[in-house]
Amino acid sequence: MERMPKWADVVLIPLISLLLAAVISGLVILAIGEDPINALNLMVKGALGSTYGWGYTLYYATNFMFTGLAVAVAFHARLFNIGGEGQAMLGGLGVALVCLYLPWPHWSLALIASTVGAALFGAAWALMPAVLQAKRGSHIVITTIMFNFIAAAFLNWLLVGPLKPRGGMDPSTARFPEATNLPSLHDLLAPLGIAFSKAAPANISFLIGILACVLVWVLIWRTRLGYEIRAFGHSEPAARYAGISPTKITVITMLISGGLAGMMAINNVMGEAERLVLNATEGAGFIGIAVALMGRSHPFGVFLAAILFGFLYQGGAELALWTSIPRELIIVIQALVILFTGALDNMVRIPLERIFMALRRRGA
Amino acid sequence: MELITVLQILDSTVRLATPLLLACLAGLFSERAGIFDIGLEGKMLAAAFFSAAIAAVTGSVWLGLGAGIVASLALSGLHGLAAITFRGNQLISGVAINFLAAGLTVLIAQSWFQQGGRTPSLPGEARFGQITLPGAEALREVPVLGPIYAELISGHSILVYVAFACVPLTWWILYRTRFGLRLRAVGENPEAVDTAGISVVRLRYSAVLICGLLCGLAGAYLATALQAGFVQDMTAGRGYIALAALIFAKWRPWHALYATLLFGFLQAIALRYQNLDLGIVTLPVQAMDALPYILTVVILAGFIGKAVPPRAGGEPYVKER
Repeated sequence: MERMPKWADVVLIPLISLLLAAVISGLVILAIGEDPINALNLMVKGALGSTYGWGYTLYYATNFMFTGLAVAVAFHARLFNIGGEGQAMLGGLGVALVCLYLPWPHWSLALIASTVGAALFGAAWALMPAVLQAKRGSHIVITTIMFNFIAAAFLNWLLVGPLKPRGGMDPSTARFPEATNLPSLHDLLAPLGIAFSKAAPANISFLIGILACVLVWVLIWRTRLGYEIRAFGHSEPAARYAGISPTKITVITMLISGGLAGMMAINNVMGEAERLVLNATEGAGFIGIAVALMGRSHPFGVFLAAILFGFLYQGGAELALWTSIPRELIIVIQALVILFTGALDNMVRIPLERIFMALRRRGA
Repeated sequence: MELITVLQILDSTVRLATPLLLACLAGLFSERAGIFDIGLEGKMLAAAFFSAAIAAVTGSVWLGLGAGIVASLALSGLHGLAAITFRGNQLISGVAINFLAAGLTVLIAQSWFQQGGRTPSLPGEARFGQITLPGAEALREVPVLGPIYAELISGHSILVYVAFACVPLTWWILYRTRFGLRLRAVGENPEAVDTAGISVVRLRYSAVLICGLLCGLAGAYLATALQAGFVQDMTAGRGYIALAALIFAKWRPWHALYATLLFGFLQAIALRYQNLDLGIVTLPVQAMDALPYILTVVILAGFIGKAVPPRAGGEPYVKER
């Protein structure tokens, strides 16, 4: 017998966790001598009050959609891919190589090739940890953490050395050619007669992010591979008994996960910066963890959670601009969301299950 | 290379290895008891901030040390609550703790000191000073051994000696006391420990709290001995390097010392030489930065002996009813 209805598991628990995180964040704001209600107002106005704000919110959300999906896919196979950050960095390298060293007549072709390049590089960075987990039993969490640091050092070296253009001052690649610049939401919406801020970085990658959510849903719930991934995640012995190869599923799942994380680069590297800069990912790989937990590893949940975190990011930037609350408030909120939806899940779940059991007994 | 250059590098190795060693032993206690802890970084960072902040306000480094340890213990308690009491995912809890520390330290630093997320620079008495061991100056003139004693062994802060003393102490606790035996048992087979009538929960909480204490020392060392004050994200991945060292050491105390000395040595080299000319190839500084992680991956791949973690690590214990 189910201990509580499905809607409570899917909707109520994340909402209560979010509420707890919000209340504690409010207390933190109070403790540093600011007004939480005023802060929330500023965030809503800054992130959702103008198309400029929306443009940033959706830009951040696109990053988090990709990294959130990456973590979510791995969660389905009960793998914790904490290496999204490194995989997204390598994805940036893939995009940069495609855009800089191949001639492109039109952005659409460049976008397709960059997406493939980003996914391939991201997946390649996830391959070693996956093989080590599958063949050697070394813990994927540890290896992906190590690979994050190796990726950071590697890109650091590339950007101060081989990839830096002659005479360049800061550690970054040359600017990508004009033909690879992606249309922003402003460009896309103008023909429809909708005025959207020209300065905001949201671009066509947002639509690709949504497409990725749909495709991941199809993969997980409508394909044989998705079934095998979920079966493996629920019980490895049962999956093995059903003829599913643990090695194969571990490696394939991690390749998909790494590829998704890498694809984030079409948004931040190709769509926004239009060159590869140092630390281009800005922690988005880690936010993917919070997004996947919040979204219950479901692509639609990931989509909503990514928008929520996009709002928090843009709102947090506005807060830092207008009040004395630093941007790091967002890291605290992110930590609290991970804590309550991930680690302290049972703290919310067990009392809630008791309530539902009691209600059911009274009803019977 | 002259002796004095070698000694300077080794001296800096000892300084840089100390926080790694303390954090590594912290992780060792926790993981030997079956609680994975990737939150070493966060605990160190919180301790670094609170030790520097309290030392700056009160002017007493000892009060600072106390505050650092309390902060680290609080986060340990949170980890215990999530991992032991509510049987949550230990890895996710660790990630959350790292972010919590990274965000809160800057937030509070900004609110208290308004210096862009750092503490004021600590004056001499609010820091751990260097201790000159007896006879260091007198023996300095003795060839070879004199400089080694005066430069390398003498002249560190008290926390360095504490850290090194923790190695045999940890070994003794783990392998020569009843508590240590039970601690190791609870990381391998908690059912057996429970059957013997010993509380799994209490043992695991004590391990997690020892971990917090040691992380507190490591963080306080960073902010009040190695450097003079707290700056944003000053742990700079040391918690993860300590984790790497723990795997490298295969969860054993003496090997933890060797592993952290090796990683400290790599950091000392990277600090001194931007690019290391080895004759055949020139290693860029980034390669030195990445080396601890690459070595750990090689170890994990099992090419140099297999690293097997404690068997019950990461699994919450559910008491049979």
